[in-house]
Amino acid sequence: MPRIQPDEVRTIAALARLRLSEAEIERMTHELDAILEYIDTVKNLDTGDTEPMTHAVPFDCPLREDEPKPSLSVDDALRNAPRRRDAFFEVPRIVPGTGEGA
Amino acid sequence: MSVDQYQAVIGLEVHVHLASRSKIFSSSSTAFGEEPNSCTDPVCLGLPGALPVLNRAVVDAAVRLGLAVGSHIRPRCRFARKHYFYPDLPKGFQISQYEEPLCEGGAVEFRVAGESRRVRLTRIHLEDDAGKNIHDASGVSFVDFNRAGVPLVEIVSEPDLRSAEEAAEYMRALRTLVRTLGISDGNMEEGSLRCDANVSLRLHGAEKLGTKAELKNINSFKHVREAIEHEIRRQAAVLDRGEAVVQETRLWDPDRGLSQSMRSKEHAHDYRYFPEPDLPPLAVDQDWIERAQRSLPELPESRYRRYMGALGLSAQDAGVLTSEREIADYFDAASKVCAAPAKKVANWILNEVLARVGDVRALAAADLPVPPAALAELVELVEKGTLSGRLAKDVFGRMWQEQRRAGEIVASESVAVVSDVGLIEETCKQVVAAHPDEVARFRGGQSKLLGFFVGKVMKEMGGKADPKTANEILQRLLG
Amino acid sequence: MASPKVAGASIAELADGVRARKWKARELVESYLDRIRRLDGRLGCYLLVDADGARRRAAEVDATVAAGRDPGLLAGVPIGLKDIFVTRGLETTAGSKILRGFVPPYESTVSARLAAAGAIALGKLNMDEFAMGSSNENSAFKPVRNPWDLERVPGGSSGGSAAAVAASLCAGSLGTDTGGSIRQPASLCGVAGMKPTYGRVSRYGVIAFASSLDHPGPFGRTVEDVATLLEVIAGHDAYDATSIPSPVGRYRQACAAGLGGMRVGVPQEYFQSGMDPEVEAAVRGAIDAIARAGAKLVPVSLPHTQYAVATYYLVCTAEASSNLARYDGVRYGHRTVEASSLEELYSKTRGEGFGAEPKRRIVLGTYVLRSGYYEAYYGKALRVRRKIADDFRAVFDKCDVLATPTSPTAAFKLGERNADPLQMYLADIYTVAPALAGVPALSQCCGFTKNNLPIGLQLIGPPLGEEAVFRVAGAYQRGTDWHKRLPEDPS
Repeated sequence: MPRIQPDEVRTIAALARLRLSEAEIERMTHELDAILEYIDTVKNLDTGDTEPMTHAVPFDCPLREDEPKPSLSVDDALRNAPRRRDAFFEVPRIVPGTGEGA
Repeated sequence: MSVDQYQAVIGLEVHVHLASRSKIFSSSSTAFGEEPNSCTDPVCLGLPGALPVLNRAVVDAAVRLGLAVGSHIRPRCRFARKHYFYPDLPKGFQISQYEEPLCEGGAVEFRVAGESRRVRLTRIHLEDDAGKNIHDASGVSFVDFNRAGVPLVEIVSEPDLRSAEEAAEYMRALRTLVRTLGISDGNMEEGSLRCDANVSLRLHGAEKLGTKAELKNINSFKHVREAIEHEIRRQAAVLDRGEAVVQETRLWDPDRGLSQSMRSKEHAHDYRYFPEPDLPPLAVDQDWIERAQRSLPELPESRYRRYMGALGLSAQDAGVLTSEREIADYFDAASKVCAAPAKKVANWILNEVLARVGDVRALAAADLPVPPAALAELVELVEKGTLSGRLAKDVFGRMWQEQRRAGEIVASESVAVVSDVGLIEETCKQVVAAHPDEVARFRGGQSKLLGFFVGKVMKEMGGKADPKTANEILQRLLG
Repeated sequence: MASPKVAGASIAELADGVRARKWKARELVESYLDRIRRLDGRLGCYLLVDADGARRRAAEVDATVAAGRDPGLLAGVPIGLKDIFVTRGLETTAGSKILRGFVPPYESTVSARLAAAGAIALGKLNMDEFAMGSSNENSAFKPVRNPWDLERVPGGSSGGSAAAVAASLCAGSLGTDTGGSIRQPASLCGVAGMKPTYGRVSRYGVIAFASSLDHPGPFGRTVEDVATLLEVIAGHDAYDATSIPSPVGRYRQACAAGLGGMRVGVPQEYFQSGMDPEVEAAVRGAIDAIARAGAKLVPVSLPHTQYAVATYYLVCTAEASSNLARYDGVRYGHRTVEASSLEELYSKTRGEGFGAEPKRRIVLGTYVLRSGYYEAYYGKALRVRRKIADDFRAVFDKCDVLATPTSPTAAFKLGERNADPLQMYLADIYTVAPALAGVPALSQCCGFTKNNLPIGLQLIGPPLGEEAVFRVAGAYQRGTDWHKRLPEDPS
């Protein structure tokens, strides 16, 4: 029984906003199946109540002082904009309410 | 109405913009209303290679808020990435807090129509705001990232609210609280105070919660009431039809007065949270908490109780005075140095000061025409009897216009009440002599006519007679 | 003024020469640019050569020297930067089409520090796309060829950085190591390369692949060169919240300090049966040489090594799927030509802009972070990670440094492994565990196969134990001359 099916790859690709061709989906399903089988081996290890290691540094979050510093110029901020209108980044029309925004 | 058979259960998720000078994770300015994309940097633009660095003042503001509402401040909390795709979200994720937020628990106290209410909080956490999308009539939209990275706290309440009105009052209380703490200007219209509402219905007495719908795009206190009232009616109608309420997100449309379901696919709500690897856990130690606790000003509800209790003000008056920090500060400053009872000071503020000042923030300005000590002086003059109420109103008007002190106006223009008994007696005698019919009717039992005589005396003396004296003399003369 | 012979030159030698006015920075730059012009067409190391910028910087260094001012520790030394380091005004692609044409408005901390020390950036070096790969075959632009055998890979993901140093197309270079991407190409190209302690070197301006695993680090012909570069780039950075505050060590000094009875641990899990015999022979030979030079060998165990590759691919893909979410065609980079909706804008842009390996890792990473899967996969991996880190903590009670092979094989042929991603992943078997634990690890040449392909020795130290590593590396290098061997210039 394969660990992952093409439909699931399609769902995940949509979640990650990746358009994949049918050929890509098929190949990826096959590859991921092998990878997932290998990765599953971690389940064999009993980790008990070992704390998850989210960071490789032993210290707490450093804090910075609330001093504003000069911003990028508008030109620098927009220099790489694929599509620009005056001082804005331009995107296809967003229909209000269809976004996932918080 | 069918609605009454149901109990509304409401919880609010409120976002408050914290008024730091620089952003939460980078040093660009948070100034509002600047030219588009003029307050950005690699971090808040989500440029490749940029990294977040946390702003101390932002944490401090959130700690003070947590303490003010009695939350538990976690000694160590974590940031998490919350993923979704939207043009105003530059990194493709928001840095928020998920499993270990800064504050847990706490409660907000406020009043609805004079009745005390208490809403418990689930949590308060920190996160960064997204930029702004501007929609065009043509087929495009525009994005401005000035707001991206501005610090937010999210205040999540338990579903303890029971009506739209309560929800609106809760929002007002939060606004007053954050303004009192000085951590935000709490302006719903400008977006520094926003809320989403979770609304469900259940039959009275039922224990289980009904299915909730989430309401978004609530942009004013008025909308809070309208949107929630509408939702309650909508859900009641659904339930009455025997159908089930769908768990969904609905967008409030204030122009049409209704909400619309946001078409969202199944995967839309999988935020794929995981601990933010670029920020180690945040430690807030006892020292920090103690310093923050000591720095807290008197909180609105506590002020309210003091005004009603020790100072004996009415619920309504106490309510207005505590509705804004600047008003309460002004009142406290004036009544502190005023020999007259606080109630009198309160009346002057409520009737005269508030009528003239436009934005309450002007009450704290250095160029305020009538600062607290000046008002105190005026109120004392009335209390002493040097000025009648009517005269004092005129004097106040001049104080406000000309930025002069009461004492100075009174001294320089002999505005004071005439207390010369002899002069008043003379005038009373004249008035009595001039109105024999009224005298007869008064003596015949119409005691209310005393006012008529007092009025005439006052008119004769250009309003400057001391009314008490005039009153006594007239009573004696009229017998 | 003697023209410097740059093939095989060390950084110390070149910088000393500039400071002593034996030669000019301008001459060094021209020598390397000339080699690049003649040879890089066959090798593919550089994605971008900034001749004008390099000449300008050289003129500045020369003016500083002429004025009698100190031009810095790296005076006039030409270096290359993996194209993962953001360079202001100079295109930076991370080896990907999705960033083609991206010109950053800011500079990475490490490239700024190199420039401040007098180094001269010759250009941006080729790499596997978004640092994902072990052969540099995942570059969206062109592969890199191993200077020791043009039919073979240089390793990856910092393939260009390693090959350029091996072929003397720069005196030293910077790369990044997330699961072995500095050490493995160093091993395959016969140069020295170091992955420092996590947080020792700033990640500000390093295009992120896996945030908790990305380690910027240096390549050099000798361990002294690596130590010199590390001294310049290491140290606290206020712009990186995971940057270690402790003072930078004296790494050059450590290279010369000698072994003095240090204990070198040999972990049994890194010497399992079935090893490539040539690799085993070379590495064991190196370990014996180290013992003869005065170290005490200690057999040790890192019991959770078998889970390291799986753990690595769970953690790094999850973080990568998150870090690559920002590439959406809105603010920079590739954007699909026609999109009638936002959904299309994102999906087509990303579908067109990313290569196969990033797509694979994004899908895998998204999968393991999904609600319902998180605890079983990512959550689990983080716990195994701590166990792996604990293995190292325990072992460094018993020894000062560990010695292992860097790569299970010498350089393999182009095209040999890229049909099967899992096979490619398994090549990381010796390098991923130190990356997961965040401990410092260096690779240096310890021999050659009969086909004249380099073999690498990996030395691993405790957190902030770079000095211990350099002591052993320096002592070993002094007893050999692998580092003096040069590949033939490609014809």
